[in-house]
Amino acid sequence: MQAASLTDGSARSSALARARRLSLGRAQWRGAIAIVAFVALWQAGAATGLIGGGNLASPWESFLVFLRDYAGDAAYWQGWLISIQRVVLGFVVAQVLGVPLGILFGTSRRFRRLVFPVFELLRPIPPLAWVPLSILFWPTTESSIVFITMLGAFFIIVINVFDGVRSVPEAYVWQARSLGAKPWTIVRRIYLPALLPAIAAGMTLGITVTWNVLIAAEMIASDAGLGRLTWEGYVSGASAVVIVGMVSIGVAGALSSALIVWLERRLTPWAEDERRRRGGSR
Amino acid sequence: MNAPATDTAVTGRGAVFIDGVSKTYGSGPGAVEALSACTLAIEPGQFVAIVGPSGCGKSTLINILAGFDQPTDGSIRIDGRVVARPGDPPRPGPDRLVVFQHGALFPWMTVLDNVAYGPSRQGRLSRAEARREASALLQRLGLSPLADRYPAQISSGGQRRVEIARALMNDPAVLILDEPFRAMDSLTKQRMHATVLEMHALIPKTVLFVTHDLDEALLLSDRVVVMTTRPGRIKLDVAVDLPRPRGVEVAAGEAFLALKRRTHEAVYEEARRAFEAGERELA
Repeated sequence: MQAASLTDGSARSSALARARRLSLGRAQWRGAIAIVAFVALWQAGAATGLIGGGNLASPWESFLVFLRDYAGDAAYWQGWLISIQRVVLGFVVAQVLGVPLGILFGTSRRFRRLVFPVFELLRPIPPLAWVPLSILFWPTTESSIVFITMLGAFFIIVINVFDGVRSVPEAYVWQARSLGAKPWTIVRRIYLPALLPAIAAGMTLGITVTWNVLIAAEMIASDAGLGRLTWEGYVSGASAVVIVGMVSIGVAGALSSALIVWLERRLTPWAEDERRRRGGSR
Repeated sequence: MNAPATDTAVTGRGAVFIDGVSKTYGSGPGAVEALSACTLAIEPGQFVAIVGPSGCGKSTLINILAGFDQPTDGSIRIDGRVVARPGDPPRPGPDRLVVFQHGALFPWMTVLDNVAYGPSRQGRLSRAEARREASALLQRLGLSPLADRYPAQISSGGQRRVEIARALMNDPAVLILDEPFRAMDSLTKQRMHATVLEMHALIPKTVLFVTHDLDEALLLSDRVVVMTTRPGRIKLDVAVDLPRPRGVEVAAGEAFLALKRRTHEAVYEEARRAFEAGERELA
């Protein structure tokens, strides 16, 4: 009786798992169909001149331009490399500065009262408003671009970590102290792991802003990178080049986000159930 | 009426002597007196339940005992050693461990690593040794199947049992259970009562069990202490002389009901006073 109901249960759950896999496949199909439909509409609209009045390159035309002028072009891939380098550098610096600052804000009332007002005053300033000052301030264009890119992620990560610290249950800290942990150990072994989900959330938001800011900064101040490519396409009136640039940026941004989701899964396997409960099959 | 209590009669490991502990928050006209001259001598291995309505100072008392807060007057000694007195900064330690109401297992560690954390953190054991001993303790308590899971992957009942195991791993002088079953449904609660009785029979530690559930208190303890509503004082101190080992069926016996009649009035009266004082959360 007991055994029968057990096997029953497991048969049902494996059927459920199969059904879930199937429905996931269906969801992906829908996504694929939507992308194809979008490209088809664009193709039709651009070819007939209904969209963009004849100035907009069609997806096919852009694809051909990409194959002919860019796919085998070292300078194009160099642009990818430069943009990625800038994003990685700015992003990593933002984490390295932002995570400790957020923890300090969350754990030390004295520090928060001293520094938070300044932080709140600087936070609403759009990163791009920093362009003129940072060009004056930093010795090279490169460093000022990285600085501005860093700013894009910095404020977001600080706020996320600060919020995260406040939601770490006090009982964890008390328990750790009772079990013999010293203050610095509590930061490293309790706050840091407890904050990983908040840090990951901040990174997910931050990476998108980082790309946004980088591209704008490249258009304004740089002579290389994916943002520059897009801008040059515009200046030379080649909308196909603009589209190649835009799609490249989109792909780069999506890849970065996927990388962060992967990192989050790797670093916080213990939060997997929580993610599933929130329905986060991203 | 109050004969000066001494802790000299109490010997062995795990003797807790709470000596006239008072706690007042704030000062001047806004001061709130949470605890008033609480004295309680607990013998080694004794299972003592503290019962009272919410806001009766139970939490304040255990915060002082655990070293999360300091008393304004009086002191606490464990086996003759002062662990809390006015002026000393609160210092928690592995000799007085709390199992919290909402649980405090570290979600990023497996059950095994949670249980092994204390001894390796204190440097008493190497990481490998701590894990080996933790594994043995889990085995002893029937928790081995949970060893490699994360806390989020086990039931709330399982989490509390692991948390008790994590405390026992440090061989504490006193184990403090702060309403650990409060948020559980009654069936899970019953299972937990049986488990706690088994654990205490297996590893007879001094236990301070805080609850607002009189039945639970009588079922588990050797002694039930009823506290008054704010400021918290000790109102009643009753020995629960039900034979051990106990099973949950004890709760249906005549002796249990006689004890309940004796204590119920005191608890109910405090609950009513707390209610009238505007404390909506009842025992």
